[in-house]
Amino acid sequence: MAKVKGDIEVDIEGCKGCEICIDACPVENTIAMSKNVNSKGYHYMELINDTCIGCANCAIVCPDGVITVYKARK
Amino acid sequence: MEETKQDIKKPENLVYKKTDLMTDKTLSYCPGCGHGVIHRMAMEVIEEMGLEEETIGIAPVGCSVLAYEFMNVDMQQAAHGRAPALATGIKRVFPEKTVFTYQGDGDLAAIGTAETIHACNRGENITIIFVNNGIYGMTGGQMAPTTLEGMKSSTTPYGRDTKKMGHPLKMTELVATLPGTCYVTRQAVHKAAAVRKTKKAIKKAIEYQKAEKGTSFIEVVSNCSSGWKMTPVQANKWMEENMFPFYPLGDIKKPEK
Ligand SMILES: Cc1ncc(C[n+]2csc(CCOP(=O)(O)OP(=O)(O)O)c2C)c(N)n1
Ligand code: SF4
Ligand code: SF4
Ligand code: SF4
Repeated sequence: MAKVKGDIEVDIEGCKGCEICIDACPVENTIAMSKNVNSKGYHYMELINDTCIGCANCAIVCPDGVITVYKARK
Repeated sequence: MEETKQDIKKPENLVYKKTDLMTDKTLSYCPGCGHGVIHRMAMEVIEEMGLEEETIGIAPVGCSVLAYEFMNVDMQQAAHGRAPALATGIKRVFPEKTVFTYQGDGDLAAIGTAETIHACNRGENITIIFVNNGIYGMTGGQMAPTTLEGMKSSTTPYGRDTKKMGHPLKMTELVATLPGTCYVTRQAVHKAAAVRKTKKAIKKAIEYQKAEKGTSFIEVVSNCSSGWKMTPVQANKWMEENMFPFYPLGDIKKPEK
């Protein structure tokens, strides 16, 4: 398995399901909208693969600032 | 040794997290609305420049009327369109403070046209952040002065007819002609690269304010998925295809040395 480079954390309750992050992610099939909804009824974004490179594009464009990004150093 | 996901989520690997200068309140904006990103970029700049104790922001009337709930700095809320007048008063009483206004296009370019133009013409040492989504978002998507020719809104259901309704107003180009403005630019927040540029522009604007160069003016072309009746992703695409040709991005005026 390839080395994992990045990881994200989503504040599920704060996500409004706008999908702007999905459009901004440079690595296809890394993040997607969950089939499940949060308590407000929004489908929330989730990481679906270990392909995240920690570029933070998703977090920067997220209007609600609900994504935290980590990237392996070195 | 191969790194697992558990190894990565450590404080030293953190690359992005919402700034503490945004409060924990849920933003009152629709899903995908650019207001949230623009708020956050302004607060990231204030935090990075270490100005949180001395910044005073002015909230407008419009969807961002509650900006003071979300930005964790001192704020005042102005009557519709009067933010530049309020900012003028505050800056003149406290010239050492960092003062910015945050205004929509209905607020800044319709009811507040006079206040905007005269503050810029006097060269008040303030920073104006102008969010242009081409529509009155809060009140139900009515035509704004900035609405594009042919663009549909609740008061132009067949599209804006410039013969009857006048032409879209390029407020940013207009204030750039005034000697009081030092830095005038147009940015966007639809893509990560654009967001980074918007942040840089806000930083420059605040630096010019600190150097007492005059009024700095940043237009951010933004979306209004509710008013435009599109999904947020569609709205951003529509914005690129329709707003940017008429409202091109980039610096319009920079200070002479
Ligand atoms: C004196 C006065 N006139 C009219 C209104 C109604 N009003 C509230 S918000 C608004 C327009 C807001 O549009 P804009 O500045 O573009 O902000 P947006 O909501 O799109 O972010 C209007 C006309 C008001 N609140 N006060
Ligand atoms: S950090 Fe970059 S690669 Fe990872 S999910 Fe976000 S946009 Fe995609
Ligand atoms: S951009 Fe933010 S609010 Fe929108 S779907 Fe992604 S995580 Fe949720
Ligand atoms: S109405 Fe438009 S400007 Fe107002 S919050 Fe919704 S999307 Fe944003």
